[in-house]
Amino acid sequence: MAEEIENDENVVILGEEVGEFNGSYKVTEGLLEKYGPKRIVDTPISEAGFIGMGVGASMLGVRPVMELMFWSFYSVAFDQILNNAANVRYMSGGLINCPIVIRGPANGGTNVGATHSHTPENVLANHPGVKVVVPSTAYDAKGLLKSAIRDNDPVMFLENTLLYGVKGEVPEEEYFIPLGLADVKREGTDLTIVTYGRCVLHSLEVAEILEKEHEISAEVVDLRSIRPLDIDTVLKSVAKTHRVLIVEEQKPFCSVATQVAYMIQSEAFDELDAPIKRLSTIDAPAIYSPPIEIEQLPNPKRILAAALEVMA
Amino acid sequence: MAEIIEMPKLSDTMTVGTLVKWLKKEGDVVANGDMLAEVETDKATMELECFFDGTLLKIFAPDGSEVGLGEPLCAVGEPGEKVEAPAKKEAPPVDEEEKKTEPKAEAPAAPAPKPSAPAPTPAPVASNSGARVKISPLAKKLAVEKKIDYTLVKGSGPGGRIVRADILEAEKNPPAPRAAAGVGGGRGKPTWAWRSAFDKSPVQDAGVTALSNMRATIAKRLVESKTQIPHFYLEIEVDAAPLSALRAQLNNGLGNDGVRVSVNDFILKASALALRAIPGVNASFTSEGIQTHSNAHVSFAVAIDDGLITPVITDTDQKTVFDISVETKDMAKRAKAKKLAPAEFTGGTFCVSNLGMMGIARFNAIINPPNAAILAVGTTDKKPIVVNDQIVIGERMSLTLSCDHRVVDGAMGALFLNAVKDHLENPGLLLV
Repeated sequence: MAEEIENDENVVILGEEVGEFNGSYKVTEGLLEKYGPKRIVDTPISEAGFIGMGVGASMLGVRPVMELMFWSFYSVAFDQILNNAANVRYMSGGLINCPIVIRGPANGGTNVGATHSHTPENVLANHPGVKVVVPSTAYDAKGLLKSAIRDNDPVMFLENTLLYGVKGEVPEEEYFIPLGLADVKREGTDLTIVTYGRCVLHSLEVAEILEKEHEISAEVVDLRSIRPLDIDTVLKSVAKTHRVLIVEEQKPFCSVATQVAYMIQSEAFDELDAPIKRLSTIDAPAIYSPPIEIEQLPNPKRILAAALEVMA
Repeated sequence: MAEIIEMPKLSDTMTVGTLVKWLKKEGDVVANGDMLAEVETDKATMELECFFDGTLLKIFAPDGSEVGLGEPLCAVGEPGEKVEAPAKKEAPPVDEEEKKTEPKAEAPAAPAPKPSAPAPTPAPVASNSGARVKISPLAKKLAVEKKIDYTLVKGSGPGGRIVRADILEAEKNPPAPRAAAGVGGGRGKPTWAWRSAFDKSPVQDAGVTALSNMRATIAKRLVESKTQIPHFYLEIEVDAAPLSALRAQLNNGLGNDGVRVSVNDFILKASALALRAIPGVNASFTSEGIQTHSNAHVSFAVAIDDGLITPVITDTDQKTVFDISVETKDMAKRAKAKKLAPAEFTGGTFCVSNLGMMGIARFNAIINPPNAAILAVGTTDKKPIVVNDQIVIGERMSLTLSCDHRVVDGAMGALFLNAVKDHLENPGLLLV
């Protein structure tokens, strides 16, 4: 983010506690001190208000990077994000762009309760006009965020608080990862695991177990972007392995996996040697009890069981 | 306007036919009288004749698919004419469970491949194509590419689904063709290999084989027969020595002509003459009353792959034993190839089932409706008999008549069986 603030004077950061408090999760730590209150702006606790302000500013050429303390609060600003930002380019006949980025954590597993644990990437991606990105590694997060900030459309950037503490190599130099490009995180020949976000790390762990204990070679495809969706990379993998497990931290009904499964069977029916399986969050409000919440979310144990079912 | 050709009724009892193989492909010019496809009914595999001149525009039912009566098979018309698959008529009832687990993949109205694409390789004739086979889309595609009859492949996936690995395995070790029923209308006793006492492997893999059209028909008709017809059985022993002597004499004389008359040929003739003598047996029970038949059409049971069929020798009483011999051999051969026309296996008024050549001494047959009786023929054996209070070596054959008691009473059945016996014991009568 700092690189982009340096690069373009129109890039600003707005959100609750992004300045004085250095960000609720310290993502914006030190930025206020370095770039001053004109570029790093603390906002009132009113998502509808400050997101609306960001949307309006972006229409006038500012490139705001908005922080939601939790993506769960997007629904307070639903109208601003999905009615205004998503539609303005279309409604203006292409005259007005809306180059806003909205970022923040969207995940469960942190014992913060049902109202703070939403993963709305499916809801967001259901709206033509917005782009939806869910990075799984620090390297991807930087490259994707830089592309998101330079993108002229509203980009929803969904992070995961449990990944903030996972260290990964990030080059100092500038690089971009295009939106809408999936990444094969692990090559394999017997099973394709399509996933994104924190589930990528679980899936890689499971792929190791499959290799060592079950002689199953699993390929892990990290979608990275939910929309645009890189179905070509997925189909290429399916053509190689013929069996698919989709893993998502999503409630199953009308989820991202639902869409991916539809696209696979539609484009690659003849490549399938078994029904597509998906592993989602268990369909209930996020459970508050930590031991049960772990079981509700996709975890290595559940992913392994699902993978073995696909390989039956 | 293109003509839509629908599945015709090719046998009395068929409700669906299996499109075994298209003989023409889309784009071919066809003429009235051309054979378009081979269709398997519950009784036989037959050719589908074209009654129009034109171009085969579109095939609605792919090779191997099951098509209900009156459902569209293909369209014939002017080249370039557009054809829409006509709306599917009411489908035959599908088993609820099956419907739930897997939607039918091959709806007859499925769009045909793009016209520009090369004609798809025809799938190998599925030997049990009437039944639904669980197979993954990939495995199915591979089987078609590699010309493997996947109905013979045992699936290793969940619920017996055939998966890619099974097809690859079948390519390396081709599966055995479906075992023939074993009982042969053929000559000679069957042979088999003794199983080693040390072989502890399972006799065969357990599993359910889906019913072919023929097996389903056999099951349905024989359950009907055995549950609705009050059977009773009469057995008589026939002195077979005169018949054996005559037969030997004839075959020695005819040997060079390549025709050998069989015991069964005499029995068919004897049965037909007995039907003339005791016409009450040449009848059928109907809801209106007892239908008597003016002609004696004797049918005979032939074992074929996966079932049996009963070709009919029309007006058996009018034909010579020699004619009957030639006709039965021809029909039995074509029956095994499933090439009999429906008229050739329908309309029989009496039936003969012979397991004598299989070494069976005697048995009770199930009546083949709407016949009123069936004759079960056992083996001809040398055995000690009493002649003038002396035990001598004689030849004996056992005949068992199963009768429908609604039509035939014990006395009438006994008279009939004695008439058969008399003719067989005086076989010269059968030659005049």
